[in-house]
Amino acid sequence: MDGETKVNTAVKADQVKLTSLELRRKAKRKETLKKALTYTAFVGPALLFFLVIQIIPFFMGVYYSFTSWNGVSSTVQWVGLENYITIFTKDKTFFNSFWFTTKFMFAAVIISNLIGFGFALLLNTALKTRNILRTAFFIPNVIGGLLLGFIWQFIFVKGFASIGKTTGIEFFQLPWLGTENTAFWGIVIVFAWQISGYMMVIYIAALQGVDNSLLEAAKIDGANNWTLLTKIIIPLILPAFTICFFLTISMAFKIFDLNVSLTGGGPFNSTQSVAINIYQEAFQNNRYGLGTAKSILFFLVVALFTTIQVWTTKKKEVEA
Amino acid sequence: MDSRYTKKTFVLEIIGILLAILFLIPFYFVLVNSVKGFAEILIDAAAWPKEFLFSNYVKVWEIINFPRAFWNSLVITVFSNLGLVIISSMAAWKMVRTPGKLSKILFIFFVSAMVIPFQTVMIPLMKLGGVLGITNSIPGLILMYFGFGVPLSLFLYHGFVKTVPIEIEESAKIDGCSQFGVFWRIVFPLLKPITVTVVILNTLWIWNDYLLPLLVLQDAELRTIPLAASSFFAQYTKQWDMGLAALVLGITPIIIFFLFLQKHIIKGIAAGSIK
Repeated sequence: MDGETKVNTAVKADQVKLTSLELRRKAKRKETLKKALTYTAFVGPALLFFLVIQIIPFFMGVYYSFTSWNGVSSTVQWVGLENYITIFTKDKTFFNSFWFTTKFMFAAVIISNLIGFGFALLLNTALKTRNILRTAFFIPNVIGGLLLGFIWQFIFVKGFASIGKTTGIEFFQLPWLGTENTAFWGIVIVFAWQISGYMMVIYIAALQGVDNSLLEAAKIDGANNWTLLTKIIIPLILPAFTICFFLTISMAFKIFDLNVSLTGGGPFNSTQSVAINIYQEAFQNNRYGLGTAKSILFFLVVALFTTIQVWTTKKKEVEA
Repeated sequence: MDSRYTKKTFVLEIIGILLAILFLIPFYFVLVNSVKGFAEILIDAAAWPKEFLFSNYVKVWEIINFPRAFWNSLVITVFSNLGLVIISSMAAWKMVRTPGKLSKILFIFFVSAMVIPFQTVMIPLMKLGGVLGITNSIPGLILMYFGFGVPLSLFLYHGFVKTVPIEIEESAKIDGCSQFGVFWRIVFPLLKPITVTVVILNTLWIWNDYLLPLLVLQDAELRTIPLAASSFFAQYTKQWDMGLAALVLGITPIIIFFLFLQKHIIKGIAAGSIK
């Protein structure tokens, strides 16, 4: 080829290269756009409902907590930190609820997990009735907290009374839901009854993951059952403890349905959980601003408790 | 697990059975007294009924309009499940197949919301719901369950999608399948096990839910079973004979559901929680 044609060809080649580069860029942009649209189509609906139903109301709640809104009027007055100050200085009922809920949480979590773990250990042996027993222990968890509370209201008020009369055992003759102390333990008992089966199922799954040969080897080395349990089994299933404690702590602290139907917060608001307190503040006292402020604090505490708990048990998991 | 059936195992068996009977005694009390007359309950709540007053059930059935309440509960539970399965599985799959910062942040965002207590959201949600026109209606309630159920459902699907081999999807894409085709015709059927878990967990929660329907459903005819049973109990306080019949009616559907699906339920809870 002569010089000019060479240059022309070179220029033409460059132009072709440029155009094909442009085309490739255009195609890539189109593909990126298509990918973005597809992503939005797939993830969008879930994200949309999640934002509208939970996240937006959450931030609205933060806003309302700084106002004195009563829930109906269209004018909303900004009051700054006044609601929060009221909660910490003037609202004794809220702190009583808080104290009750915290006490309840500790008692309920410990007892439920002890029972659940105990059942799991029992059902991890070669019993013939294993499946039936597992179903039996789990059924209370299937019924919602509300109806469960009504059932136990009857048991405590009438059922125990009958047993007490027939057997004469003082335990059953106490006015269970009538005195503050026994009402507290009443709720703990019912909550444990409801949730132990659930915990049991998780613990059983974890126990079945424990390698039997490890246990056999330890037994040959002379370990007794207690050592087997504490030194081998429990450390191996620590993740199950993390999950169960996480679940029971948040469920116990947020308790509402069961509380409403079993005691209604009584006697004398002694068993009024934080959740009930917030509900009453908003829907009975019509102090929505104060109610949302309390609910924000509630959220912070629940988040704090669960974070601490997961962090501590995760640390133990790593150490084990 | 020691698989030898020794004397010790037999003793444990007996203990287990006794514990189970003890555990289920409340049900005995409820059933037995639901067919007694009021006076008989007061005399001795532990005794076997002298005669079976099924009229208690008939009365309660009519007063709380049980068929209507059952229908409401059913519609809400079924459609909420449908929606949650569809939108959660789609979102989870896309997020897993599009690794990167966006998907990771979104995932943490979804899951961390599980800590938010309902009380923190309920008041503004009622206000927002009123503005959007979704209060006091069953479809509105269903939409709300979509929003509340996404975190858990998405979390469960997210963990499970990873077990679907990506080669199947890629060969389908080469064959000319669209993204939607790949998902619905190939991936979703493979997600069946986790879908069962998701449906069961959502059903147990939604069917028994109390506070959200209480706040959203104002009309009496929209009431779900928990609402109907509790309003009955509140109205007929201490009328144990009818109250207990109402309770039995209230808990029977979900117990039947559970007994039919118990193997799946228990397997699903164990699997979902360990993840």
